[in-house]
Amino acid sequence: MKLNLKIWRQNGPNDKGRMVDYKIDGVDSDMSFLEMLDMLNEQLIAKGEEPVAFDHDCREGICGMCSLYINGEAHGPDRLTTTCQLHMRKFKDGDTIYIEPWRANAFPVIKDLVVDRSALDRIQQAGGYISVNTSGRTVDANNIPIPKKDADDAFDAATCIGCGACVATCKNSSAMLFVSAKVAQFAKLPQGRVEAADRVQNMIAAMDAEGFGSCTNTGACEVECPKGISLTNIAILNKEFLLAQTK
Amino acid sequence: MSILKSSVEKKMGLALAGLFLVFFLFVHLAINLTLIYPGKEAFDAAVEFMATNPFIQLMQPILFLVFAFHIYMAIYLELTNRSKRSVKYVKNNPGANSSWVSRNMIWTGLMIFGFLLLHLYNYFLPFKTQNISDHYELVISLFKNPVYTFIYVLAFVALGLHLSHGFQSAFQTFGVPREKCNRPLVICGNIISIILAVGFSAIAIYFYFN
Repeated sequence: MKLNLKIWRQNGPNDKGRMVDYKIDGVDSDMSFLEMLDMLNEQLIAKGEEPVAFDHDCREGICGMCSLYINGEAHGPDRLTTTCQLHMRKFKDGDTIYIEPWRANAFPVIKDLVVDRSALDRIQQAGGYISVNTSGRTVDANNIPIPKKDADDAFDAATCIGCGACVATCKNSSAMLFVSAKVAQFAKLPQGRVEAADRVQNMIAAMDAEGFGSCTNTGACEVECPKGISLTNIAILNKEFLLAQTK
Repeated sequence: MSILKSSVEKKMGLALAGLFLVFFLFVHLAINLTLIYPGKEAFDAAVEFMATNPFIQLMQPILFLVFAFHIYMAIYLELTNRSKRSVKYVKNNPGANSSWVSRNMIWTGLMIFGFLLLHLYNYFLPFKTQNISDHYELVISLFKNPVYTFIYVLAFVALGLHLSHGFQSAFQTFGVPREKCNRPLVICGNIISIILAVGFSAIAIYFYFN
């Protein structure tokens, strides 16, 4: 199939950046979106032009590296799908496709479609962990009985891959879905309760300090999240925050 | 707002103020309904009660403060949130993932705020500053004006839209368990929105035609 691509090109963090039009022919409907971009880049390199920079790693939908705002949606039009798992069969011959980087001041553009998402790492470092001595005498986690529902909910929250689609799609550039997933994955587990109050307060403080917006419950993040992280987690985060005030 | 340090606390403050205002609107609607049933005498008695009862006199400045806080905090959060994305998307498709109402709370809110100012100018100021002999007549006379009645109905449509998102959103902000409570809260929010929007509008339209 033939496609018209409109891709954000930006030479570096200080470059102003602009949309550039590309035409690409011979795209196979079984290609992934990133393979289509690989094909474009091979053609650009052959012509002596600078290839389009974009993030990717596992290409299996689990690492959280790929991003891209495709035709006005984070990770493109498909649901529960990362850009690397989005296939060209979702598009039609002759389509015009807009490809932009995640937009949020907390995610500055490094080059073209690559943004710096280290703000999420710093939020994680503010409390997204449990302090356990792992010197070799660690108690097996399975020795502590946990209700199945709680274990399942914690696991669902833990499937967040930290890609930042929630921030990219939120009209407020809020990272609440990300932060809530990281808080909720510990909230129902006994190991997580020990530091629960500090965790939620420190992670919210870090979130605000990194320059993310606040949540207005539009629910856009939940729809665009490639891992289906539920808005329920944001309610859990808010509840945990209120509980922390009583400590 | 130094007391409400984090963004989550600010939102909780906004939500709490919003829920208080919903309660106030029900009280207001109950008084307005006396215009139609039982009628003039009951309405005048209600106005007299609202003007003299000590508890109401105490609540009045609190109500003003809550209104001011809700409006200030909403505008503050909106402007702050807008400042978090300096470069906008060339192509954005928010309709694919969220409702128009949830994304435009600031606009429905500002419409209600605009109407509130007009409403205070038309009723509250004359009630407080002038020696009105017939409150009932003052209220009814304005509903004879088609432009005023149109603005009135429009404002309450905006209120209905605002609450259809705002009510359930407030509970989400307080961390009410979503799995069990979200559906009843959405339904409850929609019912409240319809009661308030239709209730206030119907009274205005009734007097416009009668």
